[in-house]
Amino acid sequence: MTDLLFYIFAAMALASGFLVVANPLSRNPVTSAMFLVLTIVSLAGLFVLLHAYFLAAIQILVYAGAVMVLFLFVIMLLDLKEEERQRIKLGALISGVVAVVGLGFVLVQTVWATKPGQGAQPLLEGETVALGRALFNFEGMSPRYLLPFELVGLLLLVAMVGAMVLSKKEVK
Amino acid sequence: MSVGLEHYLTVSILLFGLGLLGVILRRSLILMFMSLELMLNAANLALVAFSRYNNHLDGQVMVFFIITVAAAEVAVGLALLVALYRRRQTTHADDVTSMKL
Repeated sequence: MTDLLFYIFAAMALASGFLVVANPLSRNPVTSAMFLVLTIVSLAGLFVLLHAYFLAAIQILVYAGAVMVLFLFVIMLLDLKEEERQRIKLGALISGVVAVVGLGFVLVQTVWATKPGQGAQPLLEGETVALGRALFNFEGMSPRYLLPFELVGLLLLVAMVGAMVLSKKEVK
Repeated sequence: MSVGLEHYLTVSILLFGLGLLGVILRRSLILMFMSLELMLNAANLALVAFSRYNNHLDGQVMVFFIITVAAAEVAVGLALLVALYRRRQTTHADDVTSMKL
């Protein structure tokens, strides 16, 4: 049953990821944003299959909720009409596809030749309590992730102020 | 054949490739930005899978930080796009080739 769910979520993530990048029917950025939401939701499903429940919830809340709303706001604010004029250059198409297919081939071959998961048992449970303990607990005498956690909070404040300064109208 | 670590890593690699293809091929800055998000999400999937099969929570803590930093990055990046559009009336990568506004 979980195997079937894995294949369903993986196929959904890959198909909608492809439609984000190259939608044959529509060049509208809003369509791409909607398919990106679908990709993110299927990735959250994969996180649940990996027993990372807290991260699945965060993925939905932060990505599908906050980040994508920001994207849609900006797309509609900028009113991108001239999207139709873009043509993909042949040189870029060939070099890009060759580079990406080559990279993907090498990586997939490496994974399936070495089989890093051989014999490993999937044991870890990533509930909220376990993740909170890992973030905030002292191990020995060192607070392992406490300083990075505070720094990330500071980073969010800096980003918020920076975004406001960058996007406000210039007063002469 | 039951689903193991390799399957998750393969999905992650393919998603990363799609994102990379989007950054290389599409010339609209907003779509390049979305493809970047796709690549970040692919890396997150690989980290969570490694974390589960390695029986260690550090990978998930890493993903937690990545999601937070990505949210900050999106806010600043989209503010830059809005500022660029206000000055130049464009969001195409081909029109933004000089550093001087």
